[in-house]
Amino acid sequence: MKMMNLVYPMTLALAVTLAATGCRNHRPYGVTPIPNGRGGQVGDVGAGNTLSSSQMAGGGPQTDINSFDNMTQDRAALANYTIHFAFDSSTIRHSEDANLQSVASALNSDRSTKLIIEGNCDERGTEEYNRSLGDRRALAAREALAKLGVDPARVRTMSYGKDKPVDPGHNESAWSQNRRDDFVLLHPKTGA
Amino acid sequence: MKNCITICLSVLFAVLAAALCRGQSEQGEIQITRPVSELGNTKPVPVSIEGFGPEVTDILKFDLYVQGFTFVAPDAAQYQISGSSADSVVGRVVDRFAKRTILSRSYNGAALRRQAHAFSDDVVLAITGKKGIAQTRIAFKVQAASGNGEIHVADFDGHNYQAVTHDGTIVSAPSWVPGRAALYYNSYKLNNPDIFYHNLNTGERHVIAHYSGSNISPAASPDGSRVAMIMSRSGSPNVWVANADGSNPRKLTSTSEDSSPCWSPDGQWICFATKMHERRVLAKVPADGGEVQVIRTPGTPNPTEPDWSPDGKWIAFTMQAGEFDICVMPADGSASPVILVRGEDPSWSANSRTLIYAQRTGGHYVLSLLDVYTKQVKDIHQISGSDSEPAWAK
Repeated sequence: MKMMNLVYPMTLALAVTLAATGCRNHRPYGVTPIPNGRGGQVGDVGAGNTLSSSQMAGGGPQTDINSFDNMTQDRAALANYTIHFAFDSSTIRHSEDANLQSVASALNSDRSTKLIIEGNCDERGTEEYNRSLGDRRALAAREALAKLGVDPARVRTMSYGKDKPVDPGHNESAWSQNRRDDFVLLHPKTGA
Repeated sequence: MKNCITICLSVLFAVLAAALCRGQSEQGEIQITRPVSELGNTKPVPVSIEGFGPEVTDILKFDLYVQGFTFVAPDAAQYQISGSSADSVVGRVVDRFAKRTILSRSYNGAALRRQAHAFSDDVVLAITGKKGIAQTRIAFKVQAASGNGEIHVADFDGHNYQAVTHDGTIVSAPSWVPGRAALYYNSYKLNNPDIFYHNLNTGERHVIAHYSGSNISPAASPDGSRVAMIMSRSGSPNVWVANADGSNPRKLTSTSEDSSPCWSPDGQWICFATKMHERRVLAKVPADGGEVQVIRTPGTPNPTEPDWSPDGKWIAFTMQAGEFDICVMPADGSASPVILVRGEDPSWSANSRTLIYAQRTGGHYVLSLLDVYTKQVKDIHQISGSDSEPAWAK
């Protein structure tokens, strides 16, 4: 702190000397010009906004995620078989076994279909934590379906964290509905 | 001309010497005056503000409040801040105890708001010897009730905001590349939670992780050469590290339910939240691979969302015991965490003193600033809908 006290008088004295001698490029003492534009400043947003999704590094996805893209989503087919979870848990309860069996039967009866499992959470958890928890819930159902004979390569998982509640309420009845896996059946596009 | 060069050189030498001395005294000062017991318990520095117009006065008060200052009458102030702002900001600071002027400056160009921020940074530097935060930028997400949102950037106080994305989908977890106008974030634009790298100067962006499962929670390394993230391509959400462009991804953990990785400022460690024996804990893993070590957080259950301070001393995180609270602990684990205020997802300022974080009010989030020493809090200017997942540019 004592050294600091010396800094300002010293800098002041030297700066005044500097200004008085008429060096080129000197600025008036104590005036701080602030550029009007934000050009180049960290945090600036450029004009363009181009998306080059083709430029994926690392040789692209390990699992063939794109094989799910050109299919028709059928959200109604398995809507009755949504499974639910206990608070902060990704363990599948026995009460959900019948629903999982129904999902497995649907997939096993038509080998041309595929499945998206969407994992969801209630709002009681931090955002990125819930994104991981939703992921675990979807992955847990995929593991359970594999045991029921469904090839995991036909199943894609997707976590929405707490971003897609079915009930926007802030009470246990809403929360218990929101802690869930939804099953979305995928059909090959007709004519494809 | 020769004379001029001689003077210039001697000025340079003197300034360098002064800077060196100051650096040393500062280092000593930090160790002596910043024990854990001061977190949340430090008395704010009393200052007076006089002579400026209402806009500039408000800006100065906002900036200084969230950096540990309080406002009193001139005769009760330790530092008297005065000046005018008729056409441009002119200001000075008098140390009333030492009875001398420690800052006298005028500002021109740009809007009054920016001049006021520049002055407040000079005030903070003159009084504390540390760089202020008033000219820094933040990134965050703005979410609608539908769950869809866009990544935004703004001044640290929420003004001068701008949308970075226009995707109309779920987005999350923006993370700055240190020292660069560039962000990583997660977007569901391609019908999957993928990680994007976005150059803010050119507007160009690339997908750097688009694998089956989750590709979320990106965090740029301090030198910008690597990115840590959560991916579940191998069957469970784990911490991965890849080159800045996403190439050469490498799995670092085999724990379950990992989330929110962040880097130690020396780039050696990645700290993250995970679950062990059905309990949520914080842990760290060497960035080049190695043993996962639990970071004990006694008295603060369910820790998530760690953020390591740029000076390396602290880890801020969210604890959950019914409600959510912002906590700060020494990064070396030498003391228990201190619980500061209600809130989530803290992000450190570059000077390791102020945190920006999200607070739930009703069904949405607002962003607020917290001075960790005095516990002084102010909400920033809100955009619309729900503003959360803040990241402070370093």
